[in-house]
Amino acid sequence: MSGTAGGGGVAIRARGVRKHFGRTEALRGVDVTAERGSVLALLGPNGAGKTTMVRILTTLLRPDAGQVEIAGFDAIREANEVRYRIGLAGQQAAVDEYLSGRANLEMVGRLYHLPTRAARQRADELLDRFGLAEAGQRLVRTYSGGMRRRLDLAASLVAAPPILFLDEPTTGLDPRSRVGMWEEIEALVDGGTTLLLTTQYLEEADRLADQIVVIDAGKAVATGTPDELKRSVGGERVDVRLRETRQLEAARQAIAEATGRTPDVDAESGHLTVPVDAGAAALTAVVRELDAADVGIEDIALRRPTLDEVFFKLTGHAAGDLSPDGEQIVRGARREEVS
Amino acid sequence: MGAAVARRESPRSPLTQLRWVVQDSWTVARRHLLHIRYMPEKLADVTIQPLIFVFMFAYIFGSAIVVPGGHYRDFLMPGIFTQSMAFASMSIMVGIVNDMSKGVMDRFRSLPMSRAAVLIGHTGANLIESVLGLIVMTGSGLVVGWRADLGLWPTLAGFGVLLLFGFAMTWIGAFVGLFLRSVEAAQGFGMVVMFPLTFVANTFVPTQGMPAWLRVIANWNPTSAVVAACRQLFGNSISTPQASTVWPLAHPVIAALIWCGVLIAVFLPLAVWRFRWAMSR
Ligand SMILES: Nc1ncnc2c1ncn2[C@@H]1O[C@H](COP(=O)(O)OP(=O)(O)O)[C@@H](O)[C@H]1O
Ligand SMILES: [Mg+2]
Repeated sequence: MSGTAGGGGVAIRARGVRKHFGRTEALRGVDVTAERGSVLALLGPNGAGKTTMVRILTTLLRPDAGQVEIAGFDAIREANEVRYRIGLAGQQAAVDEYLSGRANLEMVGRLYHLPTRAARQRADELLDRFGLAEAGQRLVRTYSGGMRRRLDLAASLVAAPPILFLDEPTTGLDPRSRVGMWEEIEALVDGGTTLLLTTQYLEEADRLADQIVVIDAGKAVATGTPDELKRSVGGERVDVRLRETRQLEAARQAIAEATGRTPDVDAESGHLTVPVDAGAAALTAVVRELDAADVGIEDIALRRPTLDEVFFKLTGHAAGDLSPDGEQIVRGARREEVS
Repeated sequence: MGAAVARRESPRSPLTQLRWVVQDSWTVARRHLLHIRYMPEKLADVTIQPLIFVFMFAYIFGSAIVVPGGHYRDFLMPGIFTQSMAFASMSIMVGIVNDMSKGVMDRFRSLPMSRAAVLIGHTGANLIESVLGLIVMTGSGLVVGWRADLGLWPTLAGFGVLLLFGFAMTWIGAFVGLFLRSVEAAQGFGMVVMFPLTFVANTFVPTQGMPAWLRVIANWNPTSAVVAACRQLFGNSISTPQASTVWPLAHPVIAALIWCGVLIAVFLPLAVWRFRWAMSR
């Protein structure tokens, strides 16, 4: 691994990072820390400042204020040392359309000052690994959006960097390509790579990240593990759907009896929801009471809060609200662009 | 992981640093030359377009243009050579705009490569394109009957002046490209600047027939000096008594060298400055 000077177990450390563009305050004092070998997700809507943060962490942009240390090196004073230890796949697939996939990877290898033969060998290895061996000789212009993203990811891995930055790695991918990308990312992380990724997809952060920093309008509004964040919204709930809505009142009483709390009731759909502390035990208690009261249950479940709810609670707006083109981003996979 | 893992260190000695500037510049330039292999139309600015002009002017307009004391084709070819050098700057302009807008520049910037190599590679490749274009143009000139009459050294000097002009235009292209945001803007720039630059000149017709105000502009246009220098060095000059009273056209070689020197002295530092700015945003 990297022969880092100092830094201990911390791969990425940023303190009080600020950056403005004209009158836009893109970052207003953001801290992030990622342990070596861990996955950190920056989660936030469009315009939150995620890309700006990644560009600062990867030496592309100088912060107005704050400290950035990558693998123990200062990102401003020792930028070149940092560049040998990081890989970056930006928000756009930064591949050359008028070269073959192989030539793209070879070029990157040469720019890392690998010997020609090693650069070639590494290019072939990566093409193989990302299922691009066959397309390797073709112009990138003919690639689909998913193939470009994979090539871009491959390009960021040419020097086998111990620290990897992925800026919205799955935005714009169709659901199948997205799952494929997740699997690639998980394999990398299993191999010991430290990963910082940004995403607008709550589901993605939940699946991939050890730590999540929620960013909104240039500020970190929350930090924690996915579970911690969910707990902060207020624990688990039992959700009940009744077979017949006329039993609502009986159900309400039974649930209040079992949990000591009054459930929220949606009369129209026959839905009741109640916060619980005891998890599975509370679920059985509710089932028992409803059974005793002869209430017919269509469906019952113990529900954990989703990151959507976390986001709403923290920021006062849904994650997709701020998309400038009015697109709903939370779940809706955008069309994969093929050109 | 295969054998290929990067050496993770920065160059310590100045010599290694210099070696990397050269090596990285070549890697970047090589990329543009590979583009030509996959996409020969990239050379259109310095080949097909001038060829169309050769055809149009030598056979269509040329049939109605009478130049005193010579053949129009001899008169025409130095103009076409010069124009193709000017148009070569379009290719670097578009190339830089593309790299800036598609994130390729960011990829370069995240690599431990020499920063200067990005610009040197771009301009070096552009100059190589110009040479390739010049070879094609010379061939086609010979086919339509153009000849350089004064022997080896003046002829080489003529091509030298052309490449120097091409070099100056490359830096203009790089500078402008670093300002523009889209390829369309670059193409628009070509229409608005390149056509007047190469047409309001002695490129295709002698300037003395132009209205007075236009003639002044044409006579002092750097393109005119370069074209006139080539005509002189290739022995394609025709007697134009009026033009020779204008200093740049009376001393075309010196004028062309001065013009190129001035353009390079202005635009090379400007391009480097703008490039450094773009690289440190
Ligand atoms: N180069 C720039 N010039 C001007 N404003 C910018 C620039 N880059 C980003 N911004 C602004 O900074 C804010 C944060 O942008 P960004 O970091 O791209 O957000 P995200 O990646 O989370 O969508 C936005 O308001 C954006 O318009
Ligand atoms: Mg972004």
